[in-house]
Amino acid sequence: MTTKVRAAIIGSGNIGTDLLYKALRSEIIEPVWMVGIDPTSEGLKRAEELGLKTTSDGVKGLEPHIVDDKVRIAWDATSAYVHEANNDLVKKHDVKMVDLTPAAIGPFCVPPVNLEAMMGRNEQNVNMVTCGGQATIPMVAAVSRVQPVEYGEIIATVASKSAGPGTRKNIDEFTRTTAKGVEVVGGADRGKAIIIINPAEPPLVMRDTIHCLTKDPPKEAEIIESAKRMVAEVQKYVPGYTLKNGPVFDGNRVSFFMVVEGLGDFLPKYAGNLDIMTAAGLRTAELIAEEILRAEAA
Amino acid sequence: MNLEGKKVTLHDMSLRDGMHPQRHQLTTAQMIEVATALDEAGVPLIEVTHGDGLGGASVNYGFSAASDEEYLRAVVPKMKKAKISALLLPGIGTVDHLRMAHDCGVRTIRVATHCTEADVSEQHIALGRKMEMDTVGFLMMAHMIPAEELLVQAKLMESYGANCIYITDSAGYMLPDHVTDRVGILRRELEADTEVGFHGHHNMHMGVANSLAAIEAGAARIDGSAAGMGAGAGNTPLEIFVAVLHRMGVETGIDMWKLMDVAEDIVYPLMTHKVRADRDSLTLGYAGVYSSFLLFAKRAAAKYGLKSTDILVELGRLKTVGGQEDMIEDVALDMKKAGAAE
Repeated sequence: MTTKVRAAIIGSGNIGTDLLYKALRSEIIEPVWMVGIDPTSEGLKRAEELGLKTTSDGVKGLEPHIVDDKVRIAWDATSAYVHEANNDLVKKHDVKMVDLTPAAIGPFCVPPVNLEAMMGRNEQNVNMVTCGGQATIPMVAAVSRVQPVEYGEIIATVASKSAGPGTRKNIDEFTRTTAKGVEVVGGADRGKAIIIINPAEPPLVMRDTIHCLTKDPPKEAEIIESAKRMVAEVQKYVPGYTLKNGPVFDGNRVSFFMVVEGLGDFLPKYAGNLDIMTAAGLRTAELIAEEILRAEAA
Repeated sequence: MNLEGKKVTLHDMSLRDGMHPQRHQLTTAQMIEVATALDEAGVPLIEVTHGDGLGGASVNYGFSAASDEEYLRAVVPKMKKAKISALLLPGIGTVDHLRMAHDCGVRTIRVATHCTEADVSEQHIALGRKMEMDTVGFLMMAHMIPAEELLVQAKLMESYGANCIYITDSAGYMLPDHVTDRVGILRRELEADTEVGFHGHHNMHMGVANSLAAIEAGAARIDGSAAGMGAGAGNTPLEIFVAVLHRMGVETGIDMWKLMDVAEDIVYPLMTHKVRADRDSLTLGYAGVYSSFLLFAKRAAAKYGLKSTDILVELGRLKTVGGQEDMIEDVALDMKKAGAAE
């Protein structure tokens, strides 16, 4: 492959910077722009040092360069409040958006579950649900692809230091969006999500519990096998995604106890919740990039 | 200690915290019976929800016999003088639950966070205040950080609109000096019209002593529950506390004799788990572990052939916080693996 697909990162905070480190390793994507709103931002400075063009004027500062610099994909790592406005500006120039905020104006995407099915539908905007959703929905899907799941419940526990001000200000958005993702992508008839923030020092590595209540008695062997395959799928982009205990079968309850350790690119390893978000965002963008290249070759 | 002439509002927990030992299985009929009797005894505030607050019904914490809405719609209209409150833990319940509770006639909302994480309560406290509710910030596991740090968190909740801040001893770990420090600094540093409250657990049998210390340090609201029905070894037994307060000349507005009857004739007989400071509850208090872990640890111990006190001590060592019930089976599985490896 001679050319990479060019991309812009909107948001120069922790998530945007971690995403940048990961994207620089991509074989198919070349991050060329980093968009911030604060000229003194560390993230913008770092991006510049890594060879990216930067603007502190938000997406408005990027817009005049989208066509000339052949930006085809953008990630939004800002906040749900401004996502729609950001999307409107890039959409005009045929840029595909991977939305890492919980705005969810586009369809949910959890790569190992529905990324492939989503490709070919040529969605302009896809949403990455929430960090807790990325970490747990694959396991709900691992059960629901074996047999009907009446109810899926996830408990995401994250280190206090890894829960940013956006999450804290609107924690309801996390529980609602994740619960919806458990239903829509995970395949549970009803979903519930709980988030716990733990301030222990040293910070605890993200952990997630997934409970599924199956309609009929669980097919244990098939679920064990399906879960194993699903964990391996996620490990392709988050190597620290581990089934620590389970599945536990108790009546119609199937429970998984997961630990998610990040790669430690920019964010610390315990922040697996943030890592799985940036890794999933990159993986999604890479598949979109492949599609763009295919369309251009045709 | 001289508390003569002090005024205090007592808040009954038996139909919320008491849901923990009942595995959230109180029926609406039981809720009505207890609440009506408490109202009759002059208890001014009664909390009614799932043990883990609005939206707590789950695999993780246990499904309740009826929904929060069913409980509230059943109980609220039956009250003659008492007011019904609801608890909400951001991360578990949402503002949608808060609106529902308000619609059911709830006018006191208590928004609970771990003591270091007050900033997750902004949207819920702000909405409670906007709906002109009596809005309480509830700092759980308050033994885990020093008084000065609690004050910072309390001020956050106050800035969002809370008109009362609670020091919540969720683990029943505190001794009277801990309470004096924590309630005292809040009373001195918060706005004069912001009330301070204290919620105790009786795991070390310090519920009454701690609540007295809280009043002395300036608390105007104290939680307890009839027959002490609450998580762990329960909450401060309300009828005992009222008796002590009356002896000390503190006005509560409660008929002590009637309250004793509620505890003895109604609440105690309905307990499916007799709430007391058994070795597991005592371990909660001693090790500083969230009280509602009690029955989960007992069940995990029985299922995996472990000692429940060992599980609880490990949960304390891991610095678990309220709501981490999912850790209990996980920890038990780890301990079982480690035991098999030895």
